[in-house]
Amino acid sequence: MTQQRESLTRLIGFWVLLGIVIFFFMFPLYWIAVSSIKTRAEVINRVPSYIPYAQFEPTLDNYTSVLLGTTIQSDTGVRASADLSIFRDRLMNSVIIAGSSTILAVILGTLAAYAVSRFHIRGESDLMFFILSTRMLPPIVVLIPIFLLFSNLNLRDSYPGIILLYTTVNLPFVVWMMKGFFDEIPVEYEEAAMIDGYSRLEAIWKIVIPEAIPAMAATAVFSAIVAWNEFVFANLLNRTYAATVPPWLNSIIGVGAVEWGRLAAASVIFVIPIVIFTFLVRNYLLRGVTFGAVRR
Amino acid sequence: MADVRLINVSKRFGESKKNDAVMAVKDLDLDVTDGEFLVLLGPSGCGKTTTLRMVAGLERATSGEIFIGDRSVNDLPPGDRDIAFVFQFYALYPHLSVYDNISFPLRAQNMSKSEVDAQVQRVASRLKIEHILNRRPNRLPSGEQQRVALGRAMVRQPQVFLMDEPLTNLDASLRSEMRVELKHLQQELGTTMLYVTHDQVEAMSMSHRIAVMNLGVLQQVDTPLEIYNHPKTLFVATFIGSPPMNTVACTVVDGHYLQGIDNSFRLALDSSYTARLANVKEVVFGVRSEDVRLVNDDSAQLRGTVAVREPLGDETIYDMDMGQYRMAVKTPPRQMFRQGEQVGVAINPKRIHLFDRVTGQAV
Repeated sequence: MTQQRESLTRLIGFWVLLGIVIFFFMFPLYWIAVSSIKTRAEVINRVPSYIPYAQFEPTLDNYTSVLLGTTIQSDTGVRASADLSIFRDRLMNSVIIAGSSTILAVILGTLAAYAVSRFHIRGESDLMFFILSTRMLPPIVVLIPIFLLFSNLNLRDSYPGIILLYTTVNLPFVVWMMKGFFDEIPVEYEEAAMIDGYSRLEAIWKIVIPEAIPAMAATAVFSAIVAWNEFVFANLLNRTYAATVPPWLNSIIGVGAVEWGRLAAASVIFVIPIVIFTFLVRNYLLRGVTFGAVRR
Repeated sequence: MADVRLINVSKRFGESKKNDAVMAVKDLDLDVTDGEFLVLLGPSGCGKTTTLRMVAGLERATSGEIFIGDRSVNDLPPGDRDIAFVFQFYALYPHLSVYDNISFPLRAQNMSKSEVDAQVQRVASRLKIEHILNRRPNRLPSGEQQRVALGRAMVRQPQVFLMDEPLTNLDASLRSEMRVELKHLQQELGTTMLYVTHDQVEAMSMSHRIAVMNLGVLQQVDTPLEIYNHPKTLFVATFIGSPPMNTVACTVVDGHYLQGIDNSFRLALDSSYTARLANVKEVVFGVRSEDVRLVNDDSAQLRGTVAVREPLGDETIYDMDMGQYRMAVKTPPRQMFRQGEQVGVAINPKRIHLFDRVTGQAV
């Protein structure tokens, strides 16, 4: 009996602890979500309200305003002065730029990692250290050189420019992650395929890549988040044509009265693509992250 | 079907100018005849797996030539050598079903779907794995994984099977079962087999001939019994047999006596050895544990003390303390001696082995 009671206590303790952890991490997200469906008056109310319908009447005005670009007269009489109509364009830019740079970084990084993992390359460890070392510098240090370089090469405010930049930033991470995964994939798989009558390229395509997909998915999620969130370079390099969401979010804070509700609505919309992406690859993600723990 | 010939094959890892270069295989000459089951046997690092991988085309020979049948295969990629390889860890493709694993080599040949299916079914029924064809390999018990790996090797009906310690990952009872089955399978198919192992029991029980290697050098190629009874080098003598052959470093006195270098050992030699020992003085004397008896009469040439007794049921192994050296003795199960007892040791003078102490070659 005591044993049963003990295990029950442990079970309750576990769920209570889990609840606290989930609350701690999820509350900011919840607060943003709740704020996004509040009226302007409600959002700046000194007494915070947490539960829609019970404590306040929810509204979708913030969403229609950021998505449709309509300027709504707010109930305090203060007009939002930031240009909301460009949010959709910015969001599309973010999707194109983060998506392309992630795909590029994962493909190029995977190929490089395979080569480093499988073939003897002269100065291999130096090369790998050099690749890693490009991440040791805070990016802000190269801000001005990059700005000048991009100005001279006409890469400012263009898709290719910023995609190239984000791909470069993510490549070292992808190469290191994927090299680790490839080192875990026994070389016998390719050897078996080559003995079975396939070329090395066929062996990679039919055997190695299917094995590496979980790892590629995990790596892609992290790369996508980096590109999706990047602020400093996006803010400096791309003012109009290829501008992304993060600088825009900042700009609507800074102009006139802070539009908390619309900021929250835009943030929720901004988070959704990453959530969907992570959700789609969640099964791979777990396998990718625990890859090294699997016994041969 | 085909024979396999290695002519003066060497493999060096690392660059020749640097000190870290390792000669994994040195000047290896080896003929595997058509339909033969040949085992490459040796301790880890002896070059046996490297040799196998060179035949498969997974490693390039630094020098020498390799023939499969009439073709020199040095420049052929593995897929064009018409061989099948079974890996120690099986290397079954985890994302493919057992069926797709087995049919994988056939699909490289653009075989028709119905033909592929017929071949897979043929192999699966022979190996009794029809019931797992739709399963993924990594959840299967190791015995079934082993069969799938064999199936993938058999399905393309290759000229030569190459196997790299395929039974190492099985537990003891399954291993002895698979030994018999593999031997049977090879006889049935008649396919030339080159099989690498460090396990002398596998080598002795399955092979037509054994090639013993050490430190990259081929020591001896012979039938299992010939290897056991007439080892050509000290290494072969001590590597084969359980317990290992008893050895004592000796000096030949007058061509008639062996004198232990620390004077603890003295043995009269059979007259047949006298001529052979004319030019050799420093030797290693060897005798297998079954060629020594424990006796309590004057047929004993030596005396020792029982140090450890290992009863195995069908026989008992005594580890005798002979003063400066030890000697293992196999006795019938009913012959009992106590630990610490002084016993006479009788060596069968016709069954002793002598090796040159410098070269290690049999005298």
